This record gives sequence, structure tokens and C-alpha cells, in this order.
Amino acid sequence: MKVRKIPCILVLFILCTLAATQDVASFEKRITVKTLANGLSVIILERPEAPVFSFYTHVDAGSAQDPLGETGLAHMMEHMAFKGTDKIGTRNYAAEKVALEKVEKAYTAYNAERHKRVGMDEPKLKNLEKAWQDAIQQAQQYVIPNQFGEIIEKNGGEGLNAFTDDDETGYHYSMPANRFELWAYLESERFLHPVMREFYKERNVVIEERRMRVDSNPLGRLLEQFTSEAFAAHPYHRPTVGWISDLNSFSATDAEDFFREYYVPSNMVLTVVGDIKAAEAMPIIEKYFGRLPGKPKPLDLATAEPPQNSVREVVLRDPSQPVYLEGYHRPDYMSKDDAVYDAIADVMSNGRTSRLYRSLVRDKKIAAAAGGFSGLPGNKYPHLFAFYGVPLPGHTPEEVANSIHQEIERLKTQDVSDDELKMVKTRAKATLLRSLADNQGLALHLGIEMARYGDWRELFYEVDRIDQVTKADIRRVANQTFVPVNRTVGIIETNKPAAASEGGTQ
Amino acid sequence: MKNTFVKGRLPAAIFLVLASIFAFGQAADWQQIRIPPLPNFQPIEPKRIELPNGMVLFLQEDHELPLVDGFARIRGGSREEPDAKTGLVDVYGEVWRTGGTNTKTGDELDDFLEAHAAKVETGGSLDSTSIGLSCLKADFEEVFQVFLDLLRDPEFRPDKLEIAQKGMFDAISRRNDDINEIIGRESAKLGYGTKSPYARVPEYATVAAITRQDLINWHHDHVYPNNIILGLSGDFDSAAMEAKLRQAFAGWAKGPKFKPEEIPISPAKPGYYLVKKEDVNQSAIRMVELGTTRKNPDYYGIQTFNEAFGGGFASRLFSVIRSRLGLAYAVGGGVGTGWDHPGITRLGVGTKSQSTVESIQALYSQIDELQPHPLTEDEVGRAKDSILNSFIFNFDTPEKVLREKMAYEFYGYPLDFLERYRAGIEKVSNEEVARIPAKYLHKNKMAVLVVGNDAEFDKPLSTLGSVTPIDITIPSAPGEEPAKPAKPSSK
Repeated sequence: MKVRKIPCILVLFILCTLAATQDVASFEKRITVKTLANGLSVIILERPEAPVFSFYTHVDAGSAQDPLGETGLAHMMEHMAFKGTDKIGTRNYAAEKVALEKVEKAYTAYNAERHKRVGMDEPKLKNLEKAWQDAIQQAQQYVIPNQFGEIIEKNGGEGLNAFTDDDETGYHYSMPANRFELWAYLESERFLHPVMREFYKERNVVIEERRMRVDSNPLGRLLEQFTSEAFAAHPYHRPTVGWISDLNSFSATDAEDFFREYYVPSNMVLTVVGDIKAAEAMPIIEKYFGRLPGKPKPLDLATAEPPQNSVREVVLRDPSQPVYLEGYHRPDYMSKDDAVYDAIADVMSNGRTSRLYRSLVRDKKIAAAAGGFSGLPGNKYPHLFAFYGVPLPGHTPEEVANSIHQEIERLKTQDVSDDELKMVKTRAKATLLRSLADNQGLALHLGIEMARYGDWRELFYEVDRIDQVTKADIRRVANQTFVPVNRTVGIIETNKPAAASEGGTQ
Repeated sequence: MKNTFVKGRLPAAIFLVLASIFAFGQAADWQQIRIPPLPNFQPIEPKRIELPNGMVLFLQEDHELPLVDGFARIRGGSREEPDAKTGLVDVYGEVWRTGGTNTKTGDELDDFLEAHAAKVETGGSLDSTSIGLSCLKADFEEVFQVFLDLLRDPEFRPDKLEIAQKGMFDAISRRNDDINEIIGRESAKLGYGTKSPYARVPEYATVAAITRQDLINWHHDHVYPNNIILGLSGDFDSAAMEAKLRQAFAGWAKGPKFKPEEIPISPAKPGYYLVKKEDVNQSAIRMVELGTTRKNPDYYGIQTFNEAFGGGFASRLFSVIRSRLGLAYAVGGGVGTGWDHPGITRLGVGTKSQSTVESIQALYSQIDELQPHPLTEDEVGRAKDSILNSFIFNFDTPEKVLREKMAYEFYGYPLDFLERYRAGIEKVSNEEVARIPAKYLHKNKMAVLVVGNDAEFDKPLSTLGSVTPIDITIPSAPGEEPAKPAKPSSK
């Protein structure tokens, strides 16, 4: 096996290179790209394998764009995009509109009184709160609940969902191909005529989401503390789901303001993949999405995270079992070293041949799992390359940290082997290849590449960049990134409440 | 760190009913959009082959990419493992692969496979174990040889058994960290019975009791051709592949016919159960009772009911408990249907500690509402539309078609079950759907489990009925020092 290994890799290497090149060519033939007059970027990929299609609407605004004091607003807006339009989800929009304006007025009055530092009047506050709640009740009578989702579902929509992260907001689902025009109507209307109905109820839903993902989940608790420690200036220090006080405070008007600023065609990319013909589909997309009013792309963030120059650490004393996490600041995805970080993540943590697995899990037997990855909490702006380790029972986060640091030291002082580097490059190609037969995945990837680089071909070029990475690159980047004053550590230390009984045992 | 908008579910009751009536009269743009018929689409069917030694093969050509994927499923799973060695099949599923073959260590396999960006992986589940492969077409010969070697001559080296056991110990030590893991595990115990193989979980002692010989025995007792269903999909010629597989498996002798064991089920008594968890501000709530199987003629009615009651955005549970009451992010439920044993009927919700009892009552009232206000024709129609119009997504890729067929073969369903399912849903009447809740959803038969911080509940759970506390303290293994969680545990 050993003897045959090298020739095999060479064969594979050539094969992969061919495959990737052919794929760009085959994609060129099947892809149509157009920027509509209003600035919306549209990508259509024909993939007529079965009479279905998937789409991805990318909005180039995430929680990093949340205004001060309104954390969680980008995510809230994502929820509101399921609430319907002036025609969907209402029994009488004219009357509902008036009722919703009353809700906002009542909420503004209540909120102003509530946040008075001096002279807040309790009885008045109670009345204002009641008036606000009454107004909500009034508006509710016009609502047809969840009609937007219902239309999609009864027309065979599959995987109806959306996500918000620090960098972007995305909407996606799949549909039978004969519903293409219906989809174009629904997806454009949602951003043409959104209505902030049931806003304050949905805010409670989002608060429950926060309780589930963060407050009541040990890893959620750790990550929130960790990222807020790692970033001082950049909005990456704020949680995507939002701080509880902000969630309890922002208004439907705030969400509408956010929508008007960021949900503009020049800040969005629409990608459709499946059994559709561009020649027929593009005119339909133009007809419906061309209605979105054109506006300039909003200014990007100017705040840059200053050099860290200090060791930072958060230690959670938590009833849950220990976890170790550390992160190092690295440049954004546009960095010429982006692929080098990808290669480092791969060498360190991809599979059972990876260095961290072999050292911490297989040989030292101190961790159940260990790895390293980029993109914490996002990757559009300078962010963190993180390492983590899950200590086995009887072992501590400190042991795990020491072993991770030994592996980092090795990366800095010795070249990775030829075999390791080849493995990285081979795997990058195979991973790309394996991702090319899935409508929804393709829509997501092509759309994000388009938004990030202005060119969908970057999906393929990324692999070429990994192919260029050298051993010297890996040492250089490791040396410049993985230094103590650039590090933030996050630890869960088990702290069992005294009340927890140790009983039930012999 | 993604905050994904996961759809929960729940029922919308009378409010929704009224809403639907109002909605009926309204004409809007979307209703005027023409929907052409969906082009007729016949998915490529895999070729089924039964070898003389009883192994069943499914071959599915898919030439879109130069890849080959394979998956073999073997009868017998954790429900058949001995009680005192609970966790055996999990450990087996890992060490089968990591322990290597009689000629190569698991580490050598790792080196070889990773260099080719290929995968051969094994696993264990409730009713079966499995071995799968994935590789570039050009590497198939060599990767398939690894697959065959593992299938026929695994070595289960002891160093990898140790790693697997340590990993299991770690998972045991962490199993009470997250309320959603706790509620899933403990509600299954209420539904099937604490000792039932469908619900029991590995303990330090049962994992520590597993030996290399146990793994060897399990393999010997289960892995033989007439107990295996193997499916391959990808860029190959079926005739050539069939010839290759016939040759590969020709000399392998038949084993005994697999005899499924009688698996005991003894659901907990109805009532309220509480797991105390102090470090949370949200309660996880599940109501459970024993469900049924997909062989039940009511299956189509049940699926339609589930979709309308607790399935989608427009379902009653989602519309009322999430959208109208704002009580939850995650909410949903329905009647459980298993392939070959009863599923668990579940209603579930996650809500702030301060609305725990309120949310239980809200779920109850949705069950109650089904009496005076059964699902309307409109709700049933929408649910059927939803299932039927999205039906194409059951077979829009060759891999899905292959997986479906393999599942039918495994559980002894007709191979055209998917077609029957469609026909069954089309035929379901309002009356059939209306009968479902009375038959399968019984408030007075449900065990209601809450995992949460009871000091902060809106009312004591005992205001609803008598409460049985559940102690989830993890038993430590006698004499097994490393089996203890990291820090605490001094008594």
C-alpha cells in the first residue's frame, strides 16, 4: 500500500484538476448572470436533473449591521420576512395599516416612559403598556396567521427557511418547477411590500430563540462571552440574536428602517438553480424583481478591530462539563492568505489523519474531539481562527490547551509533510466536486461567492488558491497569527451546584 | 453561530378556522398566477439483484459527477444488544472501522483513504449496523477493496476499543448539560419504558463491560450475505458493476435467517414528570404516548393530520402557540409512526420558565379544540396539497430513490410503497382525518415531562396533577476511575 500510494495520488491529482476545470467550463455553459436595472444581481444555473428548483436570496447585511442599541435587529427582520405582505396575511390591509400605526404610536409612548431615567411614572407606565397591548389586540383581528408560509407549503415548497449570521441574511427553499412564476411573485413581494404585523409577538418568539440557543445552552453561553471578549471595537463582539434588553426595546419602526437601508437590490443577490431555462426564467425574474426600487448599496462598516496586544480570557464557572476554546485574530476572506488558513484548518482538524485528532484523541487520549477553523463569528470582516478541544473525563482544559499549543508550535517551526499538503489539496477538490449535485447547496454557494467577490467562479478559484499554498506559507501565517497577545481563551470550568445530588449510586 | 429560523409547529384552532373563512372571499395576485402541469418525471429506478447467497443489491446509475457512493445495511442493532452491555452497537459501529482489518490498521486505512479524499465509514443504530463508502470513480477499485476487507476481515484492535469507550464515557458525562438532550432521552423513556431497548442509554458500567470479543461476536453473528442489503449509486455501468459484485461476494456462504427479537415496551403511567435543571431560563416540555407503525391503514390519515395539526407554518400548533401567543420558538408534534415498531406520539414546546404551565395548558387546549372544531375541509385540503405538491422531493435525486428502496427492502414494505403512499394520501377523506385524534391523541394517556428551573415556573407543576420527579444523576461505574466526570464527584 505504501509503495502504491504516491503514484495513486498523482493519478488522482491529475484527474481532479481536470474535473475542476471541466466543471468551470460546464458551469459557464449553464449559468446566466445579469444585473437588473435596479442593481439586483441574478444568477441562474440550469440543472435539469428533476423538475424542481431551489433558490437563495442573499442580503448583504447581518448582525454586524445592527444599529447601536438594537442588537438582534437583522435577525428580527429575517423573522418578519415570513409575516406576509399588504396582500398576503391580511383581511383588510387598509384597516390593518391604520391599526399597526396605532400600535407603533402606543409603543413609542410606552417605551419612552419606560426608559426615563428620572421621573418615570409607574401608573402612567401601566396605562401606556395597556394601551399598547390593546392596540396589538386591535391589529390582530386583521391578521391571517402565517398565510405567506402556508401558500408556499401548499404549493409544495420544501425546506422553507432562512438564517441570519454576523455577515448576511439568507432566505431559501425549493419548489416544483411548475411553480416558478408563483415563487417569483412571492419572493419579490416579500421584499417589495413587507408588513411588520405581529411584530411584538414575534419579538417574544425571538427571545425564546435566544433562551434556547444561548441562555439555556452551555456552548451558547460560552460563545457569547467569548466573542464579546475577543472583539473590542468591531460589531462582531455582539451576539447575532441580540442582547435581551435590546430585544425588549427595539420597535417595528426600527425594523422598517433597517429594511429600507439594507434590503435594497444593489445589496442583494438572487440565485436560482434547477430545472428552469434561463431564457424563460430571466424575463419572469425581471418582471417581478425589477419592481424593487433601486437604491445605492449602503456604506460598509468602517470600524476596524485594533491589534489586540493583550492576552484575554473568559472562564465560565458552569454546571456543564469542561470545554476549551481559543481564537486568534486573522484578516478577512479577501486576504491573500485566506487559502493558507483553509489549509491550516484542514491539516489540523480534518478527519482522523489530522494533527489534533492524532495528538489529542488518538495518542494522548485526553480529548473526545479537537479541531481548528476560521470564520468565528463571521468571515466578511477580520475575524478569528479558533481552536477547540473537548477534554475527556478526568482531563482538564489546561491539558488540552497545552497539547493544542504544542501542535501550533510544530506548525510554526517545522514544515508540514508532502503527504499532508497533498491531502489538503486533493480534499479541497473532492469536497468541491461533491457539492456540485445539490440545487440548494449550489444556490447558496454561488450566491455567497457572488456577494463576496462579484464572481460566482470564485467557487472554483478557491480550490485553485488552495492548490498554490506552500509549506512556507503555512509556517509564515502560523507564526504571524498564533501568538499569545493575539489570543482569546474561552473555558467552561465545571462548577456543580451543591444541591446536585451525587446519589443514585451504590 | 447561525441563528437559523427553524420552523416549529403547532395548531391554530378556532382562530385559524375563522381566518380561513374570511380568506376565502379574497382575491389576490398570487391566485391568478398560472401553474402549468408539472412535467411527467420518471426517476431512474435502481436495479435490484438478489445473489444466490441471499445478499440483496441495488444499483443506481448517476452520471452527473465522477463519484461512487455505497451503503450496506445489516440487520440487527442496539435494540438487540444485551442490557448489561448497552452501548455495544455504538462502540461496534466505531471500532469496526477504526480497528482496521487483519492486514491493515485503522490508522493505515485513514492514511490511504484521506490521501484519496475517500471515505469508508461504519456505524450502528437502533435496528441495524452499516458500512458506507464514497470515492472518486477512478479510485473505486481500491476503495471498494477496503470496504470488502472491513466487511469480511475486521480486526477490532483493542487500542481503538479503548478510544471508543473513552468517547462514550465522555458523552455520558455530558448528557445532562443541555435540556434538549435531556428531554429527548427522558421522554423516550416515558414513551417506551425506562428499561426498553428503544429508550435505554449506555452507562459507564455497561460501556466498560464491552470487550473486544463482544465486537467480534457481534460481527460474526450479523455480517453474512443474506443479512445485508447493499446499495451503490454513481458513475458506473450497472452491468459491469453487477458482474464485479457477483464475483466479490460469490464465495461468501449464507448464514441463518435473522430472527427479530420481541422488544419489550412498557410506557410510563400518565401524569407529570419533572427533571430539575437550575441553569436554564427555558423549560423543555414534551407530552408523549405510544404511537403506531406505517403499516397501519390509518397511516395516510395520520400523516395528513400531523401536517395540519403540528407540521408546518400554517399548522394549528405553530399558528397559535408560536405566532399568536408568542410562547415559543420551537413547537410542534404529531402522532408517531415507526417502520417496524410503534413510534412515539409527541407534542413539544420550549418556553420561558415563567410560562411553563401556561404552555402545557395551551397544548392541552389545542387537543381539546379538536373535539368541537375538528380540522376543517380547508385545513385538510391544505395539508394534502402540501404533501402531494412536495411529493417530487421524495425522488428528485437518484440517491433518494435508492435510499427509499433500500428502506422498503429492509423493513419488508412493498418496493412501490412510495407510489402507494401518494395514492393513500390522495384518497384520504376529511372523516378519516377527523377520526385520528380520538384514536391516537389522548390527553389522559400522556406522560408530560418538563425539564426546567421549577423555582421560576408561573405555577407549580403540581397545580396540574401529581408530579413524579426524575433523578437524572449519572451513576458512576464501580471501580472505574476514569469513568467519572472531570471536576466534581467527590461525595
